[in-house]
Amino acid sequence: MGGRVGLKGTDGWDTVKRAVALGAKPWAQERAKRMLQKLLPLRNNIEILTYAGEMGEIAAKDYGFRTRVVGTPASAKTSPQDTKTAAIRMLRNGCSLIIFVGGDGTARDIYDAVALEIPSIGIPAGVKMYSAVFASSPEKGGELALQYLEGKIIDTMEREVMDIDEEKFRRGVFAVKLYGYLRVPYQRRYVVGGKSLTSIHERINQEGIATDILENMRDNIHYIIGPGTTTKMILKKMGCRYSLLGVDIVHKGDVVGMDLNEKKILEIIRGKKAKIIVSPIGGQGYLLGRGNQQISPNVIREVDGKNGIIIVATQQKIINLRGKPFLVDTDDRDLDIKLSGWYRVITGYRERWMYRVEPG
Amino acid sequence: MGVVKLRKNFHQAKWDEPIIFELSTPGERGILVPRVEREIEKLAGNALLDLPPHMKRKAPPSLPEVAQVRVLRHYMRLSQQTLGVDVNIDIGQGTCTMKYNPKINDILAKSPKVTELHPLQPEETVQGALEIIYNLDLMLRELSGFSRFVFQPGGGSHALYTMASIIYKYHQVNGNQEKDEIITTLLSHPSDAATAKLKGFKVIDIPPDPETGLPDFEAFKETVSERTAGMIICNPEDTEIFNPHVREMTEIVHEVGGLCAYDQANANGLLGIVRSIDLGFDMGFYNLHKTFSSPHGCGGPGLGAVGVVKSLESFLPVPVVDHDAEKDFYYLNYNLRNSIGKVREFYGVFPVVLRAYAWIRSLGEGGLKEVSRVAVLNNNYMVKRILKEVRGTEISFPKTPWRVSQTRYSFQKLREETGITVEDVVRRITDFGFHLWTSHHPWIVPEPFTIEPTESYSKDDLDEYIEALRTISREAYENPEVIKNAPHRSVIHKIEDMSFFEDPEKWAPTWRVYLRKHKSKGRYEK
Repeated sequence: MGGRVGLKGTDGWDTVKRAVALGAKPWAQERAKRMLQKLLPLRNNIEILTYAGEMGEIAAKDYGFRTRVVGTPASAKTSPQDTKTAAIRMLRNGCSLIIFVGGDGTARDIYDAVALEIPSIGIPAGVKMYSAVFASSPEKGGELALQYLEGKIIDTMEREVMDIDEEKFRRGVFAVKLYGYLRVPYQRRYVVGGKSLTSIHERINQEGIATDILENMRDNIHYIIGPGTTTKMILKKMGCRYSLLGVDIVHKGDVVGMDLNEKKILEIIRGKKAKIIVSPIGGQGYLLGRGNQQISPNVIREVDGKNGIIIVATQQKIINLRGKPFLVDTDDRDLDIKLSGWYRVITGYRERWMYRVEPG
Repeated sequence: MGVVKLRKNFHQAKWDEPIIFELSTPGERGILVPRVEREIEKLAGNALLDLPPHMKRKAPPSLPEVAQVRVLRHYMRLSQQTLGVDVNIDIGQGTCTMKYNPKINDILAKSPKVTELHPLQPEETVQGALEIIYNLDLMLRELSGFSRFVFQPGGGSHALYTMASIIYKYHQVNGNQEKDEIITTLLSHPSDAATAKLKGFKVIDIPPDPETGLPDFEAFKETVSERTAGMIICNPEDTEIFNPHVREMTEIVHEVGGLCAYDQANANGLLGIVRSIDLGFDMGFYNLHKTFSSPHGCGGPGLGAVGVVKSLESFLPVPVVDHDAEKDFYYLNYNLRNSIGKVREFYGVFPVVLRAYAWIRSLGEGGLKEVSRVAVLNNNYMVKRILKEVRGTEISFPKTPWRVSQTRYSFQKLREETGITVEDVVRRITDFGFHLWTSHHPWIVPEPFTIEPTESYSKDDLDEYIEALRTISREAYENPEVIKNAPHRSVIHKIEDMSFFEDPEKWAPTWRVYLRKHKSKGRYEK
């Protein structure tokens, strides 16, 4: 809740009170119901674990699902801690999929509670949804959950949990941070009996990309490796320690800096030849400026802009964008424009797709 | 006009036939080999004694021991359980060009004059076969504008590998070390990229323009550079939109010294209408299987005939068949200065060459053109009717409405309105006696299906297929459960647990692996 009264999100406790006081309706209920409607074919086959009252119980019971309440919110007004406790209890009670209704704040709570332990699907009902864990609508989320629970979909993809730093945001400073990953089901499409499987597994695709990068690495170049599972597969293959959510630098086969901020990156690369390796955020396609602000305009200029940027992305990630370009939002409009254009995106071993980058 | 009947009471044969290994009875034999006559034995001795000891098996191979009649029954039953090319209207396997292969050409290929040939026979004893190969080369030259064809590659991908090898060798000979990139398009066949990668090139894929479906021309221009070794593309791609910029694209690649290779696996709508050389290509291949009267791919041995322009002749694999006009003698020519070497033993799958030769001879130039014209007409007839009459169907890239001889459609609307996916429809269509859909790589058109009616099928056949689609679409809106639980009339019903696809531990590519993994654990026991 929150958006309809013009707040910038409702993650802080005080803000929730304000939102309610200003007359926001808890429309999450409605969206939960729209999602649940799609699960009706499984009404007799599944049990829904839920938290009491508005945290799922009412919606699930309204549709006649077999429902087990695993806890009750600490007080009448639910809080992030309730979401986290609920998710942990669901996990402990052996649930196979967490479906949560909310925005980036809720996604972070779920991440804090269960991380990658079980798959989850976000039903969009927040103001901020920079995370790549949300379905495009409650109905689509319901369909995805249905197919996953029916066993039609068996793959999951690690997708980004992102959020704005709310305190900075209310002061007018915009910064989106990558908090972690949730495992979201996704449909790898193939046709049985055909010439071949028409898509490859996400992890195998990432390994191919990493092999390509390693084959082409040069000793005279420092590589600034942005956050993400695709980029960090390179370091994994090298057998190095690395930070999944941070920016690391590699030189001559070793990590020479881990989880670096802008200042440290500049210290290491100043006067040296360097390249940036980045991967877009799933769903929205942000390449720079979301979750990797450490790779600042100064860093980008230091590597000679467009010439110093290597983009890696799995083919599924690109196909999911349905033709939308990758976006850059570096906080420097002129630089964003200079960075736009076509790139050879590394999408597999010895394979590149031409793809457009545009200002966000 | 014949009867257009949707086979609502169709049911596939189901024999519940065990695996051949399970039919094995120790000691049972298909053929009892007569004892060698004493005189022969005396003269020949024991051939096995000459075998080096390390080459001898320690134990006999564990082959099934089954009587002849049982073997015959076994494979006859299995053949009845398939929706093979001779029993169904196979147009749903779009991109595969599943057309009718005239039986007379099979009869020719089965003649002892062909089957008893040996590829190591001296040239003077196989003049007829070499003449046929040479003459087919001349015909394909006419059709494409290229200067010389070679018949070694065993299929489309093999032909693509041959072309990638020619590009590689060409730049090696010319000292163009910096040229390490091959351009292709995302909707070209996956082997265009795969074979170039195998050869060590970096492959750059040009995505389709989301509106027109054509390769993004701007992206293409951006891609071409001094590093461009060449371009390997389909035209039309599997969306079957003919690319009006293709001539311009080959010119741009030539400007930087690259070579252009044409994947002509989709040539069925272009025979005698478009010459590869007029589009600026330096080389290309025809699939003699599928397009020229041999069953496609797994249906039988294939052959990808590779043709090149004059300046690249010396790079072809050896041998090529040549003719000494003075002596009127056909011979195998191994003397090509820059040859990439062999890509396969001998000079090609001769029965496939023969079928193609006979097929072209029976049709003549005008006939070939008519093949393509009818294939295009059939396709566009289906497009019009399907879009109008099959609810929930759309054409991919509707801004470019023209298509050559196949069409990629989308059931996205059907899915949104009924929840029925293209995989559901795939299973349901087998209930009416049609083969399912197969290839849609890469899956960028949502809920895709591709139909390629070719020239072989009559209007009645096409109408029967359309009627099946209409029926399924109606079911999707009125009674989706019948589709979700399909197939109902096939050998195998719906498989709920697809996880075995993902788990190599469950795979059993051979009988021995099956025994080890499953039988011993009591799984899948009958």
